[in-house]
Amino acid sequence: MRQGAVRALRRGVAAAVVAALVLAPWTVDDYTVALLARTLALGLVAVSVGLLTGVAGLPTLGQTAPYAAGAYASAVVGSHLSDVGLVHLGVAAAAGAALAAVTVPLVVSARGVVLLMITLAVGELAVTVVGRWRSVTGGTDGLAGVPASRPLWGMPLLATDRARYLYTLVVVAALVGVVLLVLRTRVGLLLRAGRDDEARLRASGHRVPVHVAGVHVAAGAVAGAAGSLLVVAQQFVSPADFGFDTSALLLLGVVIGGTVSVGGALIGAALVVAARDWLFGVLPGQAPLVLGLAFVAAVHLLPDGGRRPPVRGRLLPAVPARRAAQDRPTPTGVRA
Amino acid sequence: MTPLLSADGITVRYGSLAALDGVDLRIAAGQRHALIGPNGAGKTTLLDVLAGSTRAGGGRVLLGGRDVTRLGPAARARRGIGRIHQRPAVWSTLTVRENVLVAALPRAVRPGRWHPSARRRAAERTADALLARVGLTGIAAVPAGHLAHGQRRQVEIAVGLAGRPRLLLLDEPAAGLSAVEVGWLLEFLRALPRAVAVLLVEHRLDLVYALCDTVTVLRDGRTLATGTPAEIRASGPVREAYAEGVA
Repeated sequence: MRQGAVRALRRGVAAAVVAALVLAPWTVDDYTVALLARTLALGLVAVSVGLLTGVAGLPTLGQTAPYAAGAYASAVVGSHLSDVGLVHLGVAAAAGAALAAVTVPLVVSARGVVLLMITLAVGELAVTVVGRWRSVTGGTDGLAGVPASRPLWGMPLLATDRARYLYTLVVVAALVGVVLLVLRTRVGLLLRAGRDDEARLRASGHRVPVHVAGVHVAAGAVAGAAGSLLVVAQQFVSPADFGFDTSALLLLGVVIGGTVSVGGALIGAALVVAARDWLFGVLPGQAPLVLGLAFVAAVHLLPDGGRRPPVRGRLLPAVPARRAAQDRPTPTGVRA
Repeated sequence: MTPLLSADGITVRYGSLAALDGVDLRIAAGQRHALIGPNGAGKTTLLDVLAGSTRAGGGRVLLGGRDVTRLGPAARARRGIGRIHQRPAVWSTLTVRENVLVAALPRAVRPGRWHPSARRRAAERTADALLARVGLTGIAAVPAGHLAHGQRRQVEIAVGLAGRPRLLLLDEPAAGLSAVEVGWLLEFLRALPRAVAVLLVEHRLDLVYALCDTVTVLRDGRTLATGTPAEIRASGPVREAYAEGVA
């Protein structure tokens, strides 16, 4: 009964969020629409972080690297080769996946804090490279004036904030849908099993390094596609979009949103962007404090990342944690 | 005739301590073989070496006549070695059915069954049949992390069998079970088909003598004796070793 109510509540909230996102361009000003488009792009990167951190149990601070690779690849292709958004998306996803594939040997056998540090180093190296490779990336000045793109051949250019936002929304919805569908297959099952007990998965005959490499490359492709959306949304890209603060905000958003939920990663990313960009005006200088409080609350209320409901005894009256021994079923159905 | 499993001169050292010192072991196809000995004798270490989770410093392991010494646990599992751990290891956020399904997936890959959904359906059939055999069909949708110890043990047995092992390594499967549950375990293991050989590490000698046809006694990392349960019961050195204390 309680589970059913929670499920209905979740569906209701999700429907309300989707309706609000669709109606947003007609209800808020252009600045907010542009900000929402950038937030959606960042939310898609958060989905890739959630895929690695929450679903596969591989914490990361390095998803800004494929995000940057996708953004610059998209900007370069958009400036010189094609104005078709689908082409940009494909190139960006391929660039993100390729960068992730290159780093697979570094991450395939590392776990926990070591993995976090390696991915942090990969992210920082990526920012350094794009900051110094002036001939391609424009260095620390970035690439400005990226031409407007059109979603598909024959369609009009995305010339307004509303059009760019709606394009971003459609692409994010489609990619999140694909991620959710894949997670319902045996791929999702094996990733969750690896997160729970990797040694047991190996002992059952599964090639765990192949799973780790696969999810790493797939998450890189998702982050790369998000990079393309960032370029569409702001028509500009610079190393400042991919610094450590972005990595930290992404991980924070995923933790706040509940690490095992793809939708939670999106919402968490939206909350941290809101805290960073809107609270800056409302509570000057207090945004980091609000983010810190949200982080503490998320860790306290969802100690296992939202896999189970919050421990009731923490905020509600304590309930018995175990059934009495005589009530426990036995293999034969006979009471012990 | 080639034994199913042949371990020759297995040696494992931790610094100056020899956890295993030149242990030999032969297990025939379908055999019920027990490994007993005092705590610290090296029983679990030997299972770890056979399963591939611990690399031996010396010696070699043959499975069906093929050298698997350098293979890891995943490759050995695919070649037919299943493992039940001393502490039930389940994937806690997965349901009971998903646990068994995950273990059944690698062996669902066969020539001609190339489509993932066909493999998944085959694995699902295996999982459902095993759940019925261990009596867990009624709680198939419950997350394994919510189960009591005895039920986790049942899940792990189903997981161990889902890979269709030729050799099942059981590390103290009766630990922490009630008398009723131990009775169920004994009947279940007795009913296993002879296509599955069993290597049982167990301190409960009643279970060992009721199930196994061959017993090997380890002490201080060395083989003390190997024989039938009657021979082992009558062996003076074995009785002496056990008089010094077995848990």
